Amino acid sequence: MNKSELQKKAVEVRKGILTGVYHAKSGHPGGSLSAADIYTYLYFEEMNIDPSHPEDPDRDRFVLSKGHTAPGYYSALALRGFFPTEDLKTLRHTGSYLQGHPDRKHIPGVDMSSGSLGQGFSAAAGMALAAKMQGREYRTYCLCGDGELQEGQIWEAAMFAGHRRLDNLCLIVDNNNLQIDGTVEEICSPYPIDEKFKAFNFYVITINGNDFDEIRKAFDEARQHKGQPAAIIASTVKGKGISFMENKVGWHGKAPNDEEYRLAMEELGEEAAKLC
Amino acid sequence: MLGNKSVATRDSYGNALAELAKEHDDLIVLDADLAAATKTAIFKKTFPKRHIDCGIAEANMAGIAAGMATCGYVPFMSSFAMFAAGRAFEQVRNSIGYPHLNVKIGATHAGISVGEDGATHQCCEDLALMREIPGMVVINPCDDVEARAAVKAAYEYIGPVYLRFGRLALPVINEEADYRFEIGKGVLLKEGRDVSIIATGLCVSESLEASKMLAEDGIDAEVINIHTIKPLDEEMVTATASKTRRVFTVEEHSVIGGLGSAVAEVLSGKCPVRLTRIGVQDQFGESGPARELIHKYGLDAEGIYKQIKAGI
Repeated sequence: MNKSELQKKAVEVRKGILTGVYHAKSGHPGGSLSAADIYTYLYFEEMNIDPSHPEDPDRDRFVLSKGHTAPGYYSALALRGFFPTEDLKTLRHTGSYLQGHPDRKHIPGVDMSSGSLGQGFSAAAGMALAAKMQGREYRTYCLCGDGELQEGQIWEAAMFAGHRRLDNLCLIVDNNNLQIDGTVEEICSPYPIDEKFKAFNFYVITINGNDFDEIRKAFDEARQHKGQPAAIIASTVKGKGISFMENKVGWHGKAPNDEEYRLAMEELGEEAAKLC
Repeated sequence: MLGNKSVATRDSYGNALAELAKEHDDLIVLDADLAAATKTAIFKKTFPKRHIDCGIAEANMAGIAAGMATCGYVPFMSSFAMFAAGRAFEQVRNSIGYPHLNVKIGATHAGISVGEDGATHQCCEDLALMREIPGMVVINPCDDVEARAAVKAAYEYIGPVYLRFGRLALPVINEEADYRFEIGKGVLLKEGRDVSIIATGLCVSESLEASKMLAEDGIDAEVINIHTIKPLDEEMVTATASKTRRVFTVEEHSVIGGLGSAVAEVLSGKCPVRLTRIGVQDQFGESGPARELIHKYGLDAEGIYKQIKAGI
């Protein structure tokens, strides 16, 4: 996809996020929206996947370590054809397979259950090591939050991946700078994120994570770099794309009401029209 | 002692892994800087490329095992019970248990028989923790023959399994040639009429000895070995309880949450009879030679005998 097509697709992904969270009356729109461009790029451009063969052993893997942003993940999976987009309206509903956090047992295309912060990156490193041991060419991608970097297990996994030079592993840090209780700097600063990952033997690329040119360049560079795992530090805007949600801590884990949903969808509709 | 030889079940674990790996290419072993102690070093010697030392990071090891299991490997993640079930509990629960991945947890150095290292390393809570996780099979073998058979059965079973092993050499009470291990099936070791002794792990051979002492006093004890704490052999537990109407459980584990609790849960619903839970009371362990601790905590034959006598 070219940049314009990706941008249009990202609007669709954002609509899916809003729709899911609105119908669930709960969930995490802020971090889903900040990472919407990354989800879009991964599922519509970067990853080698086939919705008709979600268990293909040679498929690229993705682990959403910041599992609470499942609305963004599910929206991308649905739009890519893993399951009907209509089902996004059942997010978090009793009996729905679209659980509040990713569930690999029941959701087509989900490679790992996740949600307890810090754990997904270890599983991703395990998948990357498995590829090396089996001589398979697939790559493993993992998305984590910047607040999530406060979890010690992230650094256990980083030490493991860096030590084993897992160059088939690519971590993306959604650096939207906000966590539930405030900014990440106020609560317990993970900065400098880039220097930390460099010290753990990662190849670090810092980008604007809401700009497709930069996203494309970063993933291309990460893929070509050998001998080290990659960490893409993606600077993003929490709530990106919905003006009244942008950079607002309050939209971390709250669903829009009827009026807010209408306004948000209207704004996305206008954005889509601009891109045509 | 009953057997001619004594073997620590951690040695059985290492030997069984090395043996099984010859036939199964998908079997891999993870350790957290304890290969010499968990005995996975035996496996590592023959299969160095399939042995992944994760360093001292058990939480990450659980996740690595989970990720590799999604790619078709059968990982045996190994550490001391304290760290495999204790420190990494939430990782085992959420990254292995919830997605029901085919990961086996080989936990050595369980219970007070760790000995001199003392309370920080003596895990008496692991059976309780692992039993709580939906879909987790929990196995606590009693000797070398049973432990090696359990490792094989765990490999063949598809889904998460917790295997509990010890540091202390235990008498071998099972005959290799005619021993059959089946997950979830108790083993009736001795029939009796007066009381039922339901034991697990290290306490099985001690309970058999205790039953001989009881026999000298005219008490005919039935002795059952429960190697699978979950799923529990409810049929056998209920049958022995309805036969003798007096049950004693014996385990090298806290009396809260382990075998005693599992048996109580079944009997209270299906056959309410008087039950005494012999084990580590609501307390931490301490440093000392393993045999001395087993004696001090009343888990050797003499201690079991005395508690049963006092309880009748």
